[in-house]
Amino acid sequence: MASNKKYWKSEAELNPNDSIVEALRQNEFVEEIPVDEFLGDKENLSSTSTNRRDFLKYVGFSTAAASLAACEGPVKKSIPYVVQPERIIPGVANYYATTIANGFDFASILVKTREGRPIKIENNTDAKVNGGANARVQGSVLSLYDSTRLQGPMKDGEPIEWDSLDADVKAKLNALKGTGKQIALLTQTYASPSTSKLIAEFSEMYGAVNHVVYDAISEDAALSAFEARYGERALADYDFGKADVIVSFGADFLGDWQGGGYGSGYSKGRVPKDGKMSKHVQFEANMSLTGANADKRVPLTPMQQKVALAKLYAKLNGSSVGGEIPEYAQQAIDGVVAEIEKNKGAAVVVTGLQDVNAQAVVLAINESLGSKAFDAKAPKYVRQGSVESLDALVADMKAGRVGALIMDGVNPMYTLPNAADFAEGLSKVDLSVTFTANWNETCESVPYAAAANHYLESWGDTQIKKGHYGLIQPTIKELFDTRQFQSALLAWMDSDKGYYDYIKETWNTEVLSGGDWNQALHDGVYVPVADTIDDSGETDVSVVDVSSAVNSLSKSVSGGGLELTLYSKVGMGDGQQAGNPWLQEFPDPISRVSWDNYVTVSKADAANLGLINEHAANGGLDGSYAKLTVNGVTLDGVPVLIQPGQAPGSIGLSFGYGRTVGMKEEMKTGVNAYPLYQGFNNVQSVTLEKSAGMHEFACIQLHNTLMGRGDIIKETTLEIFNTKDHAEWNEVPMVSLNHQEVEATSVDLWDSFDRSIGHHFNLSIDLNACTGCGACVVACSAENNVPVVGKEEVRRSRDMHWLRIDRYYSSEDTFEADNTKKEEFDGLSGEKGSLGGFGELEGPAANPQVAFQPVMCQHCNHAPCETVCPVAATSHGRQGQNQMAYNRCVGTRYCANNCPYKVRRFNWFLYNNNDEFDFHMNNDLGKMVINPDVTVRSRGVIEKCSMCIQKTQKTILDAKRDGRVIKDGEFQTACSMACDNGAMVFGDVNDKESKVAELKQSDRMYHLLEHIGTKPNVFYHVKVRNNNEA
Amino acid sequence: MKKVTYRNQISRVFGFSLVVFLLFSGTVFGQDEAAGGDPVKGKALFNQNCAACHALNRKMTGPALANVESRLSEDEGLDREWIYAWVKNSSGVIKSGDAYANKVFGEYNQALMTPFPTLSNTDIDDILAYTAAPPPAPVVAETAVAEEVSGASSGISNELILGALVIIFGLLVMMLVLVQRTLKRIAVANGLDLEREKAEKGLPLWKAFAQNQFLVLVTVVLLLLSGAYFAYGWLMQVGIDQGYMPIQEIHYSHKIHAGDNKIDCKYCHSSARTSKHSGIPSLNVCMNCHKSIYEYKGNAEGPSKEDLANGYTNEFYTGEIKKLYKAVGWDEENQSYTGESKPVEWVRIHNLPDLVYFNHSQHVSVAGIECQTCHGPVEEMEIMYQYAPLTMGWCINCHRETNVKVEDNEYYAKIHEELSKKYGVEELTAAQMGGLECGKCHY
Repeated sequence: MASNKKYWKSEAELNPNDSIVEALRQNEFVEEIPVDEFLGDKENLSSTSTNRRDFLKYVGFSTAAASLAACEGPVKKSIPYVVQPERIIPGVANYYATTIANGFDFASILVKTREGRPIKIENNTDAKVNGGANARVQGSVLSLYDSTRLQGPMKDGEPIEWDSLDADVKAKLNALKGTGKQIALLTQTYASPSTSKLIAEFSEMYGAVNHVVYDAISEDAALSAFEARYGERALADYDFGKADVIVSFGADFLGDWQGGGYGSGYSKGRVPKDGKMSKHVQFEANMSLTGANADKRVPLTPMQQKVALAKLYAKLNGSSVGGEIPEYAQQAIDGVVAEIEKNKGAAVVVTGLQDVNAQAVVLAINESLGSKAFDAKAPKYVRQGSVESLDALVADMKAGRVGALIMDGVNPMYTLPNAADFAEGLSKVDLSVTFTANWNETCESVPYAAAANHYLESWGDTQIKKGHYGLIQPTIKELFDTRQFQSALLAWMDSDKGYYDYIKETWNTEVLSGGDWNQALHDGVYVPVADTIDDSGETDVSVVDVSSAVNSLSKSVSGGGLELTLYSKVGMGDGQQAGNPWLQEFPDPISRVSWDNYVTVSKADAANLGLINEHAANGGLDGSYAKLTVNGVTLDGVPVLIQPGQAPGSIGLSFGYGRTVGMKEEMKTGVNAYPLYQGFNNVQSVTLEKSAGMHEFACIQLHNTLMGRGDIIKETTLEIFNTKDHAEWNEVPMVSLNHQEVEATSVDLWDSFDRSIGHHFNLSIDLNACTGCGACVVACSAENNVPVVGKEEVRRSRDMHWLRIDRYYSSEDTFEADNTKKEEFDGLSGEKGSLGGFGELEGPAANPQVAFQPVMCQHCNHAPCETVCPVAATSHGRQGQNQMAYNRCVGTRYCANNCPYKVRRFNWFLYNNNDEFDFHMNNDLGKMVINPDVTVRSRGVIEKCSMCIQKTQKTILDAKRDGRVIKDGEFQTACSMACDNGAMVFGDVNDKESKVAELKQSDRMYHLLEHIGTKPNVFYHVKVRNNNEA
Repeated sequence: MKKVTYRNQISRVFGFSLVVFLLFSGTVFGQDEAAGGDPVKGKALFNQNCAACHALNRKMTGPALANVESRLSEDEGLDREWIYAWVKNSSGVIKSGDAYANKVFGEYNQALMTPFPTLSNTDIDDILAYTAAPPPAPVVAETAVAEEVSGASSGISNELILGALVIIFGLLVMMLVLVQRTLKRIAVANGLDLEREKAEKGLPLWKAFAQNQFLVLVTVVLLLLSGAYFAYGWLMQVGIDQGYMPIQEIHYSHKIHAGDNKIDCKYCHSSARTSKHSGIPSLNVCMNCHKSIYEYKGNAEGPSKEDLANGYTNEFYTGEIKKLYKAVGWDEENQSYTGESKPVEWVRIHNLPDLVYFNHSQHVSVAGIECQTCHGPVEEMEIMYQYAPLTMGWCINCHRETNVKVEDNEYYAKIHEELSKKYGVEELTAAQMGGLECGKCHY
């Protein structure tokens, strides 16, 4: 077929006389090359004395000069203190116990400081309540060094002095005395005895002070229900470790439900011990972290949850109520009741429905069960916001009855659903001041923006739970000209006392009752001796008519449209730390999406509405946009993520994103869900329409199922675990040796190294205790200077996290069924054909089982990465750590390719001192968080988990210096320290007495991808699910 | 450097003997025998107990003490008994309501004088004798002469030898020239033709060399090789700052502190014991001593010629102490801090790259290695410089050669026993203990 085809360049060629055709034939380029612009000026060109040779000389000379200059080292200055503080030894870390109480997160923590700089948050193990720092608390240290922080007080956007602010405020407050206008304090929840006392004194001094507590994400229903029953505005406390049966109706108690902090108790009950573990049934709409951990998850829309709750109550009381729920839900309720009946005291029921009736019913159930896990006597004070008084305040403001409005720890212009009303009210307030660490939405509508301290710069106290006190102490002097709210109140009260003295006085008179202040400050927590707690018998229980509550619950019906459940994400919470790059880059444990929020839609609804998720050519995940309308409030351009497990007829959207004011460009991510939070109800009836365009997600995990590879996450059921030999449910893979099937662990390609001498570190990860909360991920980033790479780079799969928590959905209803399906593949095509079968296995089920698996470098004793490195940059240590010498690495990335666990990370760019990555490593302030014991990596090298070798080395050195033997528990990694669930245990397996050595002997122990013979030093424990039906 | 120490020793012997002689003569010729007390013993006691806070002619933490007894008795009417009481228990005297005691107490910032109950009355008598008539300071002129003599004697010897050698060599050369001339003359006289011999030599050497291609090739190859050798050597020293000796803001002499005064390194660099950093002492550590040491008079016989050539006079050093006072904000007049301080910006000499983790305490406290092993003879360094190359090869070498100090260290007990059995050695080197693993220093 010799070519006599003619290829047409354009339509114009059809006409042979067209001038363009001729022009194109003559010219290679359609447009004239703009040679004239740089060579055209002949005169200029000839007059210059620089010819080509000169130019080359200059280039050569400057290159040579530059390289010669580079040979000379820079002069480095060392500037010692003039007077060195006694406790600061350069190079040695100090730890201080303090408490975070920012209105959303409450936790007793330890702060690690180096040379006076706080660099890491750790758990305070002395604390009995909320001693575990979640991902946000772990990340909060970076917010201290946020370069966008307010550096001093502002008036109308101009910096002013504190003195003049004080003078203005005092003048105004005094002028308001006797005018009948109220002075309103709109604050976060403090749970602070001293602050309450101080505000009371402030009220006394100025009169007509109205203190309104406002939680951005309200627990008003739970508070009101508790108040109605027990007469105190507080939240019941739960210890899930004591529960055998946990029933939750939409309560994400492993997330932020009622202030959070329940993870460690929950995990305690989840580890099978003596053949027993707790059974957890979750009825919920969104796929939450809690639902993902449940043994049985029943997807129900919020309205169905209410009916189901009513039915549970009725069934427990032997009656019945009306209302419609799906058949499977009814079965689940029956099953739950049967379980509860077995041991009433060991069951607990919780709900996250923002409905006073639902909350009241739950309190009644727990009370009547006599649940051991339920504690109403010593309730928690971590949420105190009152919707009623807030609405009253806004009404007062609009009516011009408010003379002064002083805000602290709140950002109503961002978080209030009726922000427009609030703004209108603000314009009628004579004086409004907002205390805030960052320039935010509220600052723009308020004349005075008072620069507030970060909590690591502040004094304070807390009472997280009745009888459990905590102290907040500064770990660094104020970085800027800032002041905490309480100090300002004292100044406005003309007190010459500092807030520190004030707290000390309050504690000495009211809290300590003979206890030692210094000891309390040292410990960070204080629990008065038991007999001093007011434990006067039974608490007054008001008789609340639960039956009417049950009745109204059972009559709940959906309002027609989709039911939207608003929730808070593990990474972002209520959004006050939206400028924190660690938290922005932290992938959501469930969706694995970072740098975004999105509306989660069930597969069925997505198909109906024409919403799609697809993978772009570069592998990134794309999703449709949608428009949400609630009561006339419209939110457009919300990306859609199809979420397995989402109850059909419901959708979910998270708070905390969509901040725009005072933020770096990169941090302006997601959409603001607060305008949809009408009436502070997290359940809204909504209409969803598809809008044009596709959203680009930065999703870290693109493959969601295990494809029937049960050896990656091994799991079994409690029944099999209890009755069968471990060889059956924790099968050791077999390989063929000399045509014989033998256990993979018995085959070795290499001679084994003698590891019996000295330390040999192992990390144990219990998949039963791990809830996937991700505190370890942020802790690892903080400890190891892991760079933040930004949304674009994450989308390109260039995330740098050394530790990731893989989340897998089952493709069938259970992982077990996946495995069976794969086993039964027969031939390529047909009913059981593997071609189509594997394709099916790629898609998750509508209500899948979920499993989490933290994966970091497995520190293989036979590491595939080490043998392929051409420059021996990665090698094995005798103590079991796979070491990485960054300065030796030339960046071939062979190791990353050869790693079966895909844990090696490549520095595609220079992430520090680079304004292209405008996060924290490019400015002096943000760099203060860097751990000086760990190298900051440069471009072009591979990095990965080092098993915190800087920490193990330090422990060894400390012991050597003291001349003592190392005790078990001294060796820790950042992740094992951050894990208060007890899922990660680190230690020396050569110490036969150690906990990790014991765990390694457990029947549940297995190694990841055991059959490839890498002999990792990280091991996992088989996940056991309590599928027993009563 | 050696020479300097030598000179110092000599001068010290000289100075000391001179002082002894003068003191001896002082006591011999007697001055205030009546008051009792031995000013020589008194001086020793004074330096030991009082000098931290008192000087003879200068107000320090406490008042100047020259002729304190006569001053007290004349101005205040206080006798020796009062002084005994004061020295042994000053706070008691103050509490007793003594007027002068309270006045002094108030005047000196209410700083209590350390009580010295261990000093006997005789001791106090000795001290008072010293304060009443301190042995005269050695006469500078005299010692200067003495020093000059000693300096000259050592200098002359070397110079003389060198000079003599030069003269001898000169004479030899002259003799050779003379011999050659004589021989030539004889040859001419004998009628030998020198010119013809010259012509017979043929090609000049370099031409012959240039024509031999093999030789040229070999030479070029050798030249290239040696060039490469030196280029490699030069490149390898890039970034190695051995001998780096920057000029500091304050001329701090380790020689005077660690050498002459034998101050322990870890007194100032205390964090070397516990931290990865040895730490540059904060200025308040300097002031522990320099509150009372306000001038340099270390060289009793005056600075040597060499020091003078470098400008290291006593006044120079005293000036450096004043720089310290300025930085720390110390008001000498009032013996108090002004609060206006300015930290000293030292130029860092030992710069390890960020990619390596080095911990001082590991080496100093655990291994018990002398500072000098890596930092060289610091006690002889007038100006501090980088002694070791601080290269990885240098580190590794030491780890290969140095035995781990396992004695009395519970931590090592088990691992040492097992490892030494495994390797069949008595003592383990750091390398055998795992000290060569990359990850031990690079993370």
